[in-house]
Amino acid sequence: MPPILKRQTIQKSDKDFVNEVIDLGSKIFPKEDLITLRACLQCGTCTGSCPSGRRTAWRIRQIFLKTLSGLRDEVLSSDDLWNCTTCYTCQERCPRKVRSTDIVRVLRNLAVKEGHMRPEHVRVCEIFFKYGHAVPINEDTKAVRKRLALSELPPTVHMYPEALKEVLALVDERGFRALVERKGG
Amino acid sequence: MTNYAFFLGCITPNRYPGIEVASKKVMSEFGIALLDMKGASCCPAPGVFGSFDLETWLALAARNLVIAEEMGVNIATSCNGCYATLQEANHLLKHNPKLKDRVNESLAKVGKRYKGTIEVKHVIELLSDEVKFENIEKKVKKPLKGVKVAVHYGCHFLKPSETRMHGSAERPTVLNDLIRSLGAEDVDYKDRAMCCGAGGGVRAANLDVALDMTAEKLDSMIEVGADCVVTPCAFCHLQFDRGQVELNEKSGKKYGLPVVFVTQLAGLALGMDPKELGLGDNAIPSESLLKKIQ
Repeated sequence: MPPILKRQTIQKSDKDFVNEVIDLGSKIFPKEDLITLRACLQCGTCTGSCPSGRRTAWRIRQIFLKTLSGLRDEVLSSDDLWNCTTCYTCQERCPRKVRSTDIVRVLRNLAVKEGHMRPEHVRVCEIFFKYGHAVPINEDTKAVRKRLALSELPPTVHMYPEALKEVLALVDERGFRALVERKGG
Repeated sequence: MTNYAFFLGCITPNRYPGIEVASKKVMSEFGIALLDMKGASCCPAPGVFGSFDLETWLALAARNLVIAEEMGVNIATSCNGCYATLQEANHLLKHNPKLKDRVNESLAKVGKRYKGTIEVKHVIELLSDEVKFENIEKKVKKPLKGVKVAVHYGCHFLKPSETRMHGSAERPTVLNDLIRSLGAEDVDYKDRAMCCGAGGGVRAANLDVALDMTAEKLDSMIEVGADCVVTPCAFCHLQFDRGQVELNEKSGKKYGLPVVFVTQLAGLALGMDPKELGLGDNAIPSESLLKKIQ
């Protein structure tokens, strides 16, 4: 088996990557949660607990090693980053209390900024931009709702178009539509 | 009468309205009214939207929280995904004044302001803390004797445990206690705490990976003779229900394990009509389970 980190790849490392992850994450989560990343001692409890890692090439321990080693492009362009179901088992079990699932979400945010998005996820966003629901109503469910004596449309953005406008105004205010609709880098 | 703002999300009203109706009926039996949250949107889903941009995810979640704040009542959710988003967003905003100010700057554009005056609860919490299981037990008209239930907690009701604060994420008991209070038998199975496979955007982007996890859980439940799987999460519910159809189509297997939402199971034990609880509206028929109850 080839080594995970080759000398050549380490030479290309971005020393600021860890700080970038911690800084972006600290905008949302407490900074003390993010700096736990530096405490990872590569014990592998995370990967050993990971249901996704049992059937895919997703290795959360490896992602942390690469992140700590500054392999920015490798980490952010990894397709396997999107195989984490965010089940939090690794985070719960980490003996060093690394907030691993939170860090995965921050890494994904950075990946998206770089244009690494799965088309299926872009599609989910586009549906949301149209309806305000990621899973909108359909004719079959309308019929079931009627039979169950519920309103045909739920009392959500589906029933209140003004509310949908509000949601979309927030999406645009945040520049989220532009982020999602940008061509991948 | 205690009032809660019922946050519907997407899967409950738009795919499994039986969850909506069963939750309302069961809660009203115990004097809890689940009120409409007019104009609520997708929570937004933690897997895709949280992974794409946490700040946008938070602003959209805050808008939903404000609807309940304006109603002056706490939120109740019937989906672990919605619970994950709204409970965490509320927690983050209450504990980080800078973040709250930033989110309020965004919300100001649509004339809203987050204050941090309400709490976000899961329907399980309503049943366990507000109603209390001993009171449910007293009202059971049709004890679910001999029904073997495989409990699936789902990940985000329990985890991250520091934020959710429901005790052990490794060995939870609350749903098992509820199942027993309804007269059913909770059967233990291999890797009970494992994820259904749907979360984190995996169902959307890597369906085969998600289904492989679902199949492992289903096999473990079937191995111990479960009559149904009970979930407290609309998204897990969808993954187990639609997932069995997808697995049958892809692999030629013949999965047929009924999937029941926790308030639907409670409704059955309280003597409600299975049809009115939406038990006939799953992709996988519930007949084998209903026969056991009659």
